[in-house]
Amino acid sequence: MKKNYSNEDLHSEQGATISGQQQKAIVCNGLTKQFGSFRAVDNISFDVNEGEIFGFLGANGAGKTTAMRILCGLSYPTSGEATVAGFDVYKQQERIKKNIGYMSQKFSLYDNLTLLENIEFYGGVYGVSRSEIKIRSSDLISTLGLQKEAHKLVSELPLGWKQKLAFSVAIFHRPKIVFLDEPTGGVDPVTRRQFWDMIYEAAANGITVFVTTHYMDEAEYCNRISVMVDGRVEALDTPANLKKQYKTNSMNDVFYELARGAKRADN
Amino acid sequence: MKQLLAFIKKEFYHVFRDRRTLLILFGMPIVQIILFGFALSSEVKNIGIAVLDNARDVHTQQIIGKISSGYYFRVKQPALNFQELEQRFRAGEIECAVVFPEKFASDLYKPGGAHIQVIADASDPNTATTVINYLNSIIGNYEQELNPLRKLSYRIVPEIRMLYNEEQNGSLNFIPGVIALIFMIVSTALTSVAVVREKELGTMEILLVSPFRPIMVLIAKAVPYLVLSLVDFIIILLLAVFLLNVEIRGSLVLIFAESILFIITCLSMGLLISNLTGSQQTAMMISMMGMMLPTLILTGFMFPLENMPKVFQILSYIVPSKYYYSIIKSVMLKGLGFSYVWKETLILVIMATGLLTLALRKFNVRL
Amino acid sequence: MNSVEVINIVKTYGEVKAVKNVSFEVAKGELFGLIGPDGAGKTSLFRVLTTLLLADSGTATVEGFDVVKDYREIRNRVGYMPGRFSLYQDLTVEENLSFFATVFGTTIRENYDLIKDIYEQIAPFNSRRAGKLSGGMKQKLALCCALIHKPDVLFLDEPTTGVDVVSRREFWEMLNKLKKQGITIVVSTPYMDEASLCDRIALIQDGTVMSINSPDRIVKNFPKTLFAAKANNIYKLLQDLRRNSEMESCYAFGEYIHFTVKADDADIVRISQIAERENHDGLEVKQVIPGIEDCFIRLTLDSGQKIMDRKK
Repeated sequence: MKKNYSNEDLHSEQGATISGQQQKAIVCNGLTKQFGSFRAVDNISFDVNEGEIFGFLGANGAGKTTAMRILCGLSYPTSGEATVAGFDVYKQQERIKKNIGYMSQKFSLYDNLTLLENIEFYGGVYGVSRSEIKIRSSDLISTLGLQKEAHKLVSELPLGWKQKLAFSVAIFHRPKIVFLDEPTGGVDPVTRRQFWDMIYEAAANGITVFVTTHYMDEAEYCNRISVMVDGRVEALDTPANLKKQYKTNSMNDVFYELARGAKRADN
Repeated sequence: MKQLLAFIKKEFYHVFRDRRTLLILFGMPIVQIILFGFALSSEVKNIGIAVLDNARDVHTQQIIGKISSGYYFRVKQPALNFQELEQRFRAGEIECAVVFPEKFASDLYKPGGAHIQVIADASDPNTATTVINYLNSIIGNYEQELNPLRKLSYRIVPEIRMLYNEEQNGSLNFIPGVIALIFMIVSTALTSVAVVREKELGTMEILLVSPFRPIMVLIAKAVPYLVLSLVDFIIILLLAVFLLNVEIRGSLVLIFAESILFIITCLSMGLLISNLTGSQQTAMMISMMGMMLPTLILTGFMFPLENMPKVFQILSYIVPSKYYYSIIKSVMLKGLGFSYVWKETLILVIMATGLLTLALRKFNVRL
Repeated sequence: MNSVEVINIVKTYGEVKAVKNVSFEVAKGELFGLIGPDGAGKTSLFRVLTTLLLADSGTATVEGFDVVKDYREIRNRVGYMPGRFSLYQDLTVEENLSFFATVFGTTIRENYDLIKDIYEQIAPFNSRRAGKLSGGMKQKLALCCALIHKPDVLFLDEPTTGVDVVSRREFWEMLNKLKKQGITIVVSTPYMDEASLCDRIALIQDGTVMSINSPDRIVKNFPKTLFAAKANNIYKLLQDLRRNSEMESCYAFGEYIHFTVKADDADIVRISQIAERENHDGLEVKQVIPGIEDCFIRLTLDSGQKIMDRKK
């Protein structure tokens, strides 16, 4: 009944495979960001496959946010190489921005615009045509079951719905990669799972998902996770392999073992 | 008491560790005094003047000759009547006019003396004052020429009327205005922001859930800003005296007492605002819109009140700084005593008590 | 006497019902957890108990004092750490601490025993400004500030939100030490995995307490047998299981999918048969003991069911 479960299986099943060759959505090689004498990101290297759900974990102040900003085309690395959706983080920031979606817990939607206005706004920002916005937004509203709320202000929505809507908006322009910065903070367990259903669906449709979270059970929803400690990637594997490696059955313990020795911690 | 002192100490830490607050506290008064002081004292030249000469005699011709000879004035076409003068004032063609009565020459030898009417556009009060001074000295000179022996029988009495701004606000009057403005910024805006910041931080919740009496929070917030306002006040006075050579004519004690009264009014306003708002931004907006703008516009220190529509003139009566401005002007610049400003003082006392009571009442012991 | 008693508290903001008729009590020396997501009403409850907010109806007492009438007494006896509390960023660690000590009418030295363990961890940063501390350090400093006057009851509103796993674990260790000193602790958290660290918990959602009990009891009260399954393609497995008419509930849980079936007499053999129908690679099915999160999901879905029934 049980089958052996290996890394390769996972990849061939879930990564988008084109002509048998694994496509890379993100490639990082020796990426470093230095602020004065402080190395926020210290020589990190990793790949993210196309269509993969990649968990990007780390203690507070480990350098996650800085790394994510570089990958989103918002800041330049000090040294090292990286491409996102095939575009260079030094020279092609604008093209990166066009090909990614971004959502965070802190900023997602405009509270004083209606749902539809928010969708139209983001669609417009990413250059989706007017007619296309109309079609896609009515699709979106009906899949989310928000027909009644479409003309309500976002501020009137419960938090869980806001986050779901924000995610939908982040992938509205059908980006190659979507970056999610602690998307489910404070959301109830049921809504959190509905949110992850949406993530799975997006990944199944070929969108690469790059996500940070403080919920360790969510880390296990990811195909692979990396754990950053003091600016470096200390571990990178499937959740199952990591647990095996640290001889535990909880991601919490894995994380604790890795991050316990962290020297620096600041926000 | 120990708690209160610790709190006040903490407030001073906040102030001295925030560069922006420091800049507002000490940079602003200095810059304003220097800016107003020097920008307003420019020399006056080429003033457009028209003469309505009803006498047309030797004396008037000589006086007109003297006026036109200097570089101060440009004598325009003579006017025929008052209506014409007024029109030309309105059109901005002239800034000043001299009117000679019909019997100027014969009046000259009468005991009452001859009268010249001098009219100046005082919507720019500084220019108007300068113009009047020039004209006065020209007329004075001529008087002396006529009567070198200084017999009292020949006299020309200039009757000066400052159009549009009869009280002639301006010149050094900006100093009381700047003082009022600084008090508003420090005592109203900064205080309200300081209280609201605690709300935003969440520290207000802790302070409320402590044995520390809520009212003490307000007092502890108010005291440092009262002190800082007074420091600013002293800086402004020193700048005025040593940099702009202003003579402080009235009693310093009275000036300080009135200022403390006004600061308390401002503080109460600030505390009231902080009780009604939840974010620093809103507090700042209300302080600016509700307090500083009226101070600038409705106290008469930037724009003469007399020229304003009636509505604004009535509105100005509820602006506390209007009274403070008038008190300081009277005491500091004119050297008047308390008996001249008791009415304004009383109004300020009433306002301060009212606002303070309201602020304390509105202060919630809960969220 | 109970340390905290809450009876039928209701709190509304305009049309929003934040707290709907909540009742519970906390025994002296107990570590009591309010577990629920943002917007569940936890903060409103805390504010009512710390006398910061007046409830619309219902009563509450803390250490026997009424939260409305005797608010001054309560304020002398409780320590409170609000959710968004971030201290004075521009004051140093020591200045913050001594300020709060003075405000509470005490000194750092007087109650040093109580905060010693925690304070020693932040003491090396004594002269650093609070704004420059890490998230975990800030929490520790905030806890010190809340403890400085040796309160009888400690109210901690989401002290571990946004803090990483390591700091969270340390924080809970500190709470357990404090508990041993006899302080009653009421703590709220959105992290379900922290529930098991409390003596008793209230699961709260949408302003309603869904269940109050010890974590063990809540787990024991789970009405169904819970199964877990995983396969190489977990998303496909989830979809297939959901389509299955025998399923009652089915959701992702860590690397597994947790599910219950409608039949009450389900055993692992039959369940495996159901799961195997779709021919998944790497399929693994097992029976598991539910966690607090499973219970929370169950209770949420049940209450959702009830709401829907009422609508019909």
